Amino acid sequence: MDDSLSDNDRRDFLRCMAWAGTGALFAFSGGLGKSTGLDSALAAPLRPAATAPFTFVQLSDSHIGFNKPPNADARATFREAIAKVKALPQQPDFIIHTGDVSQLSRDDEFDDAQQMLKDTGLPVFWVPGEHDMLDPEGGKAFLSRFGKGSKGAGWYSFDHRGVHFIALVNVADLKPGGMGNLGAEQLKWLKADLAGRTSSTPIVVFAHIPLWTVYAEWGWGTDDAAEALKLLARFGSVTVLNGHIHQITQKVEGRIAFHTARSTAFPQPAPGTAPSPGPLKVPPEQLHSMLGITDALFVRGHDRIALIDSTLAV
Amino acid sequence: MKRAYKLLTFQAAALVGAGLMMATVSEMTKAAPPAATVEIGNFTFKNPTLTVKPGTTVTWTNGDDIPHTVVAKDLHTFRSKVLDTGDKFSFTFAKAGSFGYFCSLHPHMTGVIIVKA
Repeated sequence: MDDSLSDNDRRDFLRCMAWAGTGALFAFSGGLGKSTGLDSALAAPLRPAATAPFTFVQLSDSHIGFNKPPNADARATFREAIAKVKALPQQPDFIIHTGDVSQLSRDDEFDDAQQMLKDTGLPVFWVPGEHDMLDPEGGKAFLSRFGKGSKGAGWYSFDHRGVHFIALVNVADLKPGGMGNLGAEQLKWLKADLAGRTSSTPIVVFAHIPLWTVYAEWGWGTDDAAEALKLLARFGSVTVLNGHIHQITQKVEGRIAFHTARSTAFPQPAPGTAPSPGPLKVPPEQLHSMLGITDALFVRGHDRIALIDSTLAV
Repeated sequence: MKRAYKLLTFQAAALVGAGLMMATVSEMTKAAPPAATVEIGNFTFKNPTLTVKPGTTVTWTNGDDIPHTVVAKDLHTFRSKVLDTGDKFSFTFAKAGSFGYFCSLHPHMTGVIIVKA
C-alpha cells in the first residue's frame, strides 16, 4: 500500500483504510488522509505523521426505537458502537451521523440518540434520513434539535483542519416514482459554497441516501446527484460518505470515492438478493457480526484507498 | 274489548317495529359504502392499480417491518401520517378520476386508484 504514497501528486488525496459496521475512522495528516477501522485503531495507535493528524468517526442508521427482528433493542447496539468510539486510544475530533437517527422521528428517540452521543464529549454533525422526517411537520423535530445554523431542509458545510465538509440532505421533498432528491435550492447553495475554493481543497460530502445509484429498483440512489457531482468534479480529492442501505459498498468515479456505512441497528439484504429491502432477519448470534467488518481497498485515479472495517462482535 | 285493543296495539307495534327493522336493514344494505383494500408489503403496494366505484373507501394496511406512508401525487388530495407495522389509513374516493399515489419515504413505491362509475 505504501507504493501509493510514492507519487508526488497525492498531496491532497484522501486515503481511507477502514470501514466499520459501527463506524469508520478517518485520519488526515497534512493533505493526506487515511482511515482505519475501529478495531485496528484500538489495537494499534495511529502512526505519527509529519503534521498533526486528525480523525473522525462516521455512525449511521441507528434507528433508535427499532425493536423488531433481528434487533429487539437498537438503543443497546448504538450504545455498543459509542462504547467502541470512546475506547479509541486517539479520540476523533468529531462524529458524523449520516441519518436515520430515529425509527419514527419521535422526540424520545431523538433525545436518546443525542444523550448517548453526548456521553462521548465530542461534537456531532448530523444529516437526516427519511426516518427522521416523519413528524407531522416533515422534519421540523429533527431540524430544531440537530439543524441549528443549517439551511433549507438541513444542509450546511464547515471546515476542519483544511478539509471542507459538506452535509447534504437528500430525503426531503421526494418525488413519486423517484429516489433520493437534493433539489434545485440545495444545488444552488452547493454551487455557491464551492465557488471560492481551490481545487486542491480535500472535500468530504456526507448525506443519508447514496449519491450514486446502488440499486434503482429499491430506490437506492439520488435522482439529481449527477448535478452535485459535476460541481465536485474539479476537486482533487472528494470522498462521499452515505448510509441508508445498511451495508458497505464502494465505488470510485474519477477523483470521487463513494462509501456507504453499515447500520448500528440491523443489516439489509444485498441489492436484488431479496424481494425487497428491509431488516434482514439474521439469527441473534449473527447480528453483531452482520454489523461487522468489511475490508476494502479503494481506487481513486491511480491512488488507492484501503478500507478495513470493524464490527460490534468482539 | 279493552284487551283486544291492547293486543291489536301490541301486534301493530310489533308490525311497525318489524317494518322499521326491515327498513333499517334494507337501508343499511343500500347505504353500505363500498370498500376496498390495498396491502403494503415488501416495499410495494400489492395491488398497485385498483379500480373502484365512486364513494368507495380504500384502506391501506402496512404489513412491512418498516414504516411507510400513502400520499397522493398532488401531495394534498390525501396524505396519511406515518404507518408503522399494522397501521391502517383510509380515504373515501367520492369523485371519478385517476388518483396516483406514492410512499413519501420510499418514493419508488407507487400506485393508482381509478375511480369510475
